[in-house]
Amino acid sequence: MQAGQDVKTFPTQFEYICMIEIKNVVKTYKSGDGTEFQALKSVSFKIEDGEFVAIMGPSGSGKSTLMHILGALDTPTSGTYFLDGKDVSTLSEDELADIRKGKIGFVFQSFNLLPRATVLRNVMLPLVYNGVPHADRQPQAEAALKAAGLDEGRFHNLSNQLSGGQIQRVAIARALVNNPSLILADEPTGNLDTKTGEIVLGTFQKLNNEQGRTIILITHEHDVAQHAGRIIFIKDGQILSDAKNPNQKLIKDL
Amino acid sequence: MTVADLLEETYSALSSNKARSFLTILGIVIGIGSVIAMVAIGQGAQSSIAARIQSIGSDLVQVTPGAQRGVGTQVSSGRGASRTLTQEDADAISKEVSTAKAVAPELSGRYQVTAKGKNTNTSVVGVSPTYPAVRNIAVDQGSFISDQNLLSLSKVAVLGPTTRDDLFGTDAEAVGQTIRIKNIEFKVIGITTAKGGTGFGSQDDMIFIPLTSAQRFLAGDNYVTTISVQAVDSDSMAQTQQQITDLLLSRHHISDPEAADFSTLNQADIVATASSVTGTFTILLAAVAGISLVVGGIGIMNMMLTTVTERTREIGLRKAIGAKRSEINLQFLIEAIVLTCVGGLVGIVLGWAVSFGITYLGILQTSVSFSSVLLAFGVSAVIGIVFGYFPARRAAALNPIDALRYE
Repeated sequence: MQAGQDVKTFPTQFEYICMIEIKNVVKTYKSGDGTEFQALKSVSFKIEDGEFVAIMGPSGSGKSTLMHILGALDTPTSGTYFLDGKDVSTLSEDELADIRKGKIGFVFQSFNLLPRATVLRNVMLPLVYNGVPHADRQPQAEAALKAAGLDEGRFHNLSNQLSGGQIQRVAIARALVNNPSLILADEPTGNLDTKTGEIVLGTFQKLNNEQGRTIILITHEHDVAQHAGRIIFIKDGQILSDAKNPNQKLIKDL
Repeated sequence: MTVADLLEETYSALSSNKARSFLTILGIVIGIGSVIAMVAIGQGAQSSIAARIQSIGSDLVQVTPGAQRGVGTQVSSGRGASRTLTQEDADAISKEVSTAKAVAPELSGRYQVTAKGKNTNTSVVGVSPTYPAVRNIAVDQGSFISDQNLLSLSKVAVLGPTTRDDLFGTDAEAVGQTIRIKNIEFKVIGITTAKGGTGFGSQDDMIFIPLTSAQRFLAGDNYVTTISVQAVDSDSMAQTQQQITDLLLSRHHISDPEAADFSTLNQADIVATASSVTGTFTILLAAVAGISLVVGGIGIMNMMLTTVTERTREIGLRKAIGAKRSEINLQFLIEAIVLTCVGGLVGIVLGWAVSFGITYLGILQTSVSFSSVLLAFGVSAVIGIVFGYFPARRAAALNPIDALRYE
């Protein structure tokens, strides 16, 4: 952990503020015929700065709902969500957009790049919405692409000319470019073969180790979750286990 | 997001599907282009008709005899058929109506005219020497009827160019030749300048003779069929018309203006009537063109709705990385506005080119007015906003979670 961030996370009151603190979060959906369905039943945990956490669970376990709340795409029905000491659970639509813009970087299973735009333009897109001056955008995007490990010769290619692994690196660079507090990866290896998936997971480990990035990895695969330093296992909307992963599978030689 | 960023996003979105953008723009181009061209044609027709009316003389009030009614009967023998206007009426108008600049009485009738075995049936007009000035007629060859001709009841004639062509052959030398009207010989002393216009009432197909000669030899009485009065300026036409009416009513001893045995026609009224007809015509043309503009607008809306559906995941992504509802809304609205404005600009150029072509080919003297260009551009911007609003709002309202999952 870096010294500068210690100052930020230790406010004047001597209460330790975690980067992420979720308390008794409940999410209820109403279906068409009026019956209620609880996707999350009172979930609580804390994630500290610089952690690499995997949230694992089978489909229908509520992990996607949890991801949406963690990513400030949705708000909980009840309970609180503190991100960097700020309560996110009661914000309006535009305030949530501001949180996503400044604090969260997304990596999706289906990549979601703009198909007819160049790699650089894709990575610069969050900077456009964040109001970064035009001249600063390309250097920042290039730095993010290098951190994500994409070959410099590909920077001006169109994104539909890249392989799956390269596309996911571009998506990681796009998630990094705004220097977010949290990187949220939703099944990032789901559309990749095992070997390419390992490389992407290795990239996350490198960002976590070398840059101290906080990463939350959502997956249903046990194998993928093993690459994280801590695994939260969720089933039927409840946390079954939450423990450090002693057997973290480290990827070397990227 | 700055304006430059928005325009860059718009450019990249529109250029990524060039064929579709082109076809959508084409709809607006045709709409705006036809509005501009149609309005230019309408306004061209309007000014051409006004010019044609002015060519029979400017600031004219024409006095014609009214319908003749028998005592106690409602049967009319037809307006203009009665013989109520005389040379003396014309002289009185000339003397007493203060705003009358010139007065030209005339007596016209149709007669069989022969010359060297050829013959034609045409309008023979007995006129005074003031006629050319009042009715905007110029003499091409020879001279017009003089005061001397009038006093001495000379048997002289001035031919219109069409009549000359009919009697003597095209562009033949006619001055000095003899023609016979109603079997009376008249000597040709001049030919008038061609004014254009064909058919009934053309001033090129006429024979002018001294008014006194027409009264004596052709009509056999002392009446005139029309008195043309030129007002001093266009502002005094209504006043002139009123003064003539008052004067003639008192001269003819008629107390009830409804029972007047003559009628007056103000040229300004004719121009106004003709303008209103051509104005209606212009509105009709513009309305037809306007329909194609609306169709073009619906094309924009159709394309934008398709785009929003196709780009649902992109919208989801933009929202996930922090785009606000208003920013998405603005982005799609600007795409629609850029489409219509580009279409509008090209349409203005096209419409201008079409009306220039019509003028160049000599079909009609058209005029593209600045106001119609401004209107067309404003309309295309409004169409962009109106037809882009609904798709843009739909895009902005998408829930990012659903949009990202959209397949």
